[in-house]
Amino acid sequence: MKRPLLFLPLVIFILMGGIFWVGLGKEDKSTLPSPLIGKAFPTFELGVVEDGRVLTTDDLKGQPALVNVWATWCPTCKSEHQFLNQLSAEGIRIVGINYKDDSDKARAWLEQLGNPYDYNLSDPSGMLGLELGVYGAPETFLVDSQGIIRGKHVGDLNPRVWQTLEADFKAMK
Amino acid sequence: MIILNAIRFTLLLSILFISPAWAVVEGYKYTFDNIEDTQRFNHLSENLRCPKCQNQNLADSNSPIASDLRSKVYELMQDGKSDDEIVDHLVARYGDFVRYTPEFRADTLLLWGGPAILFVLGLILIFNLRRRQATSAGLSEQEEARLKRLLTSTHPTSAKKDGSQ
Repeated sequence: MKRPLLFLPLVIFILMGGIFWVGLGKEDKSTLPSPLIGKAFPTFELGVVEDGRVLTTDDLKGQPALVNVWATWCPTCKSEHQFLNQLSAEGIRIVGINYKDDSDKARAWLEQLGNPYDYNLSDPSGMLGLELGVYGAPETFLVDSQGIIRGKHVGDLNPRVWQTLEADFKAMK
Repeated sequence: MIILNAIRFTLLLSILFISPAWAVVEGYKYTFDNIEDTQRFNHLSENLRCPKCQNQNLADSNSPIASDLRSKVYELMQDGKSDDEIVDHLVARYGDFVRYTPEFRADTLLLWGGPAILFVLGLILIFNLRRRQATSAGLSEQEEARLKRLLTSTHPTSAKKDGSQ
């Protein structure tokens, strides 16, 4: 007697196995896709950590930048800091957002570890972070000279991650 | 006595319909002029997902980002925004992840329709199995006749003899 239904469980098993295999293979499930890519950087008017002058979205434009969201309470930010110094030395413009932090602590940190940033925007309430969909520091945005967000990386920057971002960064105008 | 029983029954029955009144973490921070807005705030906090904690809503989570988003929801409510506008505001920044109830769209069809499809497939499966069981037990005419003889014969040895032909 022919019983094609007999093989149904096996087929279902293989299908589910395939789906789980792909799901488990994804590198980081906690990384959420950002809906902001291709959109303009949110408008802001914030003080600068280093010298207190007030900057707006217009000051961000003009030249492509990495916008790095960091804080002194964030251990991963410390581990990526040396790599940021290195990128800055290579001539890459990095703008910092000092996220939900204390400016005094931030200045001490920059003095001690070096300052790779063009400038750091102070965002003590985290409201610019909220506009950017930040849910955990460090996060880094690729922003072009027109102030359009072209990419986002959640987690620390390191040589391995930079390999995947560098081409996108260099392609920005 | 009957009245007392009826009251008891109604009370017990009402337990079934109690919905747990979830308190929003740090809900005391947010005060509203009327009960409707309080309920709206609670409803929004319960149905928006904390982006950092993967599976907690804003009402449940202690994380700093959930706290920020709660105050954003409050702020947007004070600005007179509707529930949909508030959800859209957060989705525009954090993506569809923050919705606990996904939107009905082409790419969420399977998500919405999946259970119904599985239910229908299950019904078809059960229906087919039932029909097969009802029509035949899989015995040939000869076997049916033998089974009848076995069942009607009272003497076990004669049944055995009959069966061995």
